[in-house]
Amino acid sequence: MKLLRIVPDDTKFDFMRFRRISFPLSALMSILAISLYFFHGLNFGIDFKGGLLIEVQTKAGPADIAKMRATLGGLGLGEVQLQQFGAPNDVLIRIAEQPGGDEAQQVAVNKVRTALGTGLDYRRVEVVGPRVSGELLSYGVVGLMLAIFGILIYLWFRFEWQFALGAMIANVHDIVLTIGFMSVTQIDFDLTSIAALLTILGYSLNDTVVIYDRIREMLRRYKKMPMPELLNASVNQTLSRSVITHLTVSLALLSLLLFGGQAIHSFTATMMFGVVLVGTYTSVFIASPILIYLGVGRGTDALTGPGPKDEKP
Amino acid sequence: MLYFTRWKAAAIVLTAAIVCLFAAPNFIPAKVVDSWPKWAQRHIVLGLDLQGGSHILLEVDSKAVRKDMLEALRDDVRRVLRDARIGYTGLVVRGNGVEVRIREGANSGQALEKLRTLSQPLGGILSATGQRNLDITSEAGNLYRLTLTDPAIIERVRQSVDQSIQIIERRVNELGTVEPLIQREGTDRILVQVPGLQDPTRLKQLLGKTAKLDFHMVDVNVSPEQAQQGRLPPEDQLLHGAGKEASQLYVVEKRALVSGAELTDAQPGFDQRTNEPIVQFRFNTSGARKFAQATQENVGKPFAIVLDNEVISAPVIREPILGGSGQISGNFTVQSANDLAILLRAGALPAPLTIIEERTVGPGLGADSIAQGKISSYVGAAMVIIFMFLTYGLFGLFANIAVAVNVAMIFGILSLLNATLTLPGIAGIVLTVGIAVDSNVLIYERIREEVRGGRTAINAIDAGFSRALATILDSNITTFIAAAVLFYIGTGPVRGFAVTLGIGIITTVFTAFTLTRLIVAYWVRLRRPQRVPI
Repeated sequence: MKLLRIVPDDTKFDFMRFRRISFPLSALMSILAISLYFFHGLNFGIDFKGGLLIEVQTKAGPADIAKMRATLGGLGLGEVQLQQFGAPNDVLIRIAEQPGGDEAQQVAVNKVRTALGTGLDYRRVEVVGPRVSGELLSYGVVGLMLAIFGILIYLWFRFEWQFALGAMIANVHDIVLTIGFMSVTQIDFDLTSIAALLTILGYSLNDTVVIYDRIREMLRRYKKMPMPELLNASVNQTLSRSVITHLTVSLALLSLLLFGGQAIHSFTATMMFGVVLVGTYTSVFIASPILIYLGVGRGTDALTGPGPKDEKP
Repeated sequence: MLYFTRWKAAAIVLTAAIVCLFAAPNFIPAKVVDSWPKWAQRHIVLGLDLQGGSHILLEVDSKAVRKDMLEALRDDVRRVLRDARIGYTGLVVRGNGVEVRIREGANSGQALEKLRTLSQPLGGILSATGQRNLDITSEAGNLYRLTLTDPAIIERVRQSVDQSIQIIERRVNELGTVEPLIQREGTDRILVQVPGLQDPTRLKQLLGKTAKLDFHMVDVNVSPEQAQQGRLPPEDQLLHGAGKEASQLYVVEKRALVSGAELTDAQPGFDQRTNEPIVQFRFNTSGARKFAQATQENVGKPFAIVLDNEVISAPVIREPILGGSGQISGNFTVQSANDLAILLRAGALPAPLTIIEERTVGPGLGADSIAQGKISSYVGAAMVIIFMFLTYGLFGLFANIAVAVNVAMIFGILSLLNATLTLPGIAGIVLTVGIAVDSNVLIYERIREEVRGGRTAINAIDAGFSRALATILDSNITTFIAAAVLFYIGTGPVRGFAVTLGIGIITTVFTAFTLTRLIVAYWVRLRRPQRVPI
């Protein structure tokens, strides 16, 4: 059987040359993403904004959204959004957080249930009060910071600080771009989005670490090779693995995206963007070339491991 | 790298097999599993998002707890000073404490000594810290300030949560639901999860009531109108009626004749004459004695049955009630009488609870989610398996076996932990398949490289494994850190995702280091290959 070779053996692609394009490009994209965050904003879901989210399914025929909007609009609950969700008899109702603390949210949900009556199947009812939503957001942000910090420390122990710093810059870049993506698409930003961001962080680091591992090995073996050449060799050697792995992960994600249903749609879409597009790009075009500038030391403790000296490549 | 002693190989296969076997109870009908020993019955619990049900997060009103403590403290100060016959003025609750001014300076030494008796060392888990519940300070003009310490308030809130959990358990169990989960969250919160509950309205009604029942005399000397005009005597309070009769006002003595804490039983029933739904109750011995005495002294006068500061009814005492039992009527429906009986039997909450988060998933959505989770997992797994076979041939098959064992082990460990599987959890498993495949890709690509580097087949395989494993460890630990943080900060579904991702990483490292290596080693020994088929 002839096996699939997606990446030919012995590629000699000059990735490092692209840093003159990739660095300004990434800087530009990051600035764009940050300004999107500030000026366009994220579509905060009820986890972080509080309020009511109700998914109903009409039992007989497609839902009459106009009529439901009129019914709910008359309750005096402020902003009410209705949206068809999947099948024509599925409706997603979002109601902004009610003023008056946690009890007021409960009063509102009772009003909605009474107004809509029993001709509906309540598939999902979520009510998040102001206290919980505030906490969830701060937990999310703190968690993200903690994860980045923890990973940084681990890399610092395992590699040199330059690697840790390089990985961190690369991964903050991933997170920033993904947040930009969430802002452009206005995907619901909720707790699962934080989970998606953390997974992207984990995956992207996974990828970066694999290449760094190779760079470290090369540094030990070829003590006199110029840095850009060495980095190029490392990226090229791991290229086949990167491509194959990302293809398999994309296959798994694609299946989740197509068949996983609405509940995890925003999660998988974000992951698809973060892991497949950004993560791969970052580890090749950002995380590796950045080591040129961070000045990875040679002959320091972390690198004087076992290995033959100055072989010919 | 390719040499395994016989016992080591056996240990690896045995470990994998046993862990996989723990997943078995999930795929065997519950009837069969029930006859197994307890330790073998452990299985995965479906999250509320998959099986449907209600998740309600309650918070103890710590302000109310503090207010109760301050009022009790004020009463204690009054009692202590009165007992010692020390004159005082201006006994008030201020801020986090109580202030009192001693009339005569000569008494102040004795007063301080008496007040100090109120300061107790904290009990419970804080007893070792030597902290006390009160700080007592004195100021010019014989002014004493007794301040509640923060640990004392926190400790009381903790106790309130513990008591509330017991009471909530009794209330929820009355609903006849399957396996409700009631647990503490943080210092002042209680999580209630009831699987299969589609409409939590009734549950919320049962949870939201403090159910503090008291019997008070109605003060017939003051009319509600007079009270509203500001002529409310200090020993009385103005309460309104319950439910539909909220506009009806009552002037009620603050002092309770008997409290609901002295009830031993409450049952719904019907009034023999009017056939209206009622609640019948029975007092314990001391409650019965107090009630008998009070009704004997007050025949012909009305008394009020007060539930959570609302008057349910205010009947006139026609004759002394000596038997210790009675009935409450007051516009009940069959269900509301039943609910009140449940609440009274379960007892009153020590402090009001507020619902701060509610998530309910209907059974329809849950079933859909399970179906979608299954389809997406099967399709994802199939695509990955085919892709791996196309890329690595025989070694791709080895990888697929390792990944299959990996997934089975995840299910085994999840069962062992009685973990909850949520929809994001299923996503975590699918992603683990990606990570698990990656570990094989790393090994195989390394072997390809070593072959290109001119090594012999067996040498290349050996070197490929030993070099790739370090990388696998490094890359998985970083992902594991992310999963651990997710677990720590996450709630509900997100935590479910973190659990499967974290377990998946552990099983991935295990299979990469042992099983994949063992399979390849066995193949090498069997075939003695001259070239590597990848």
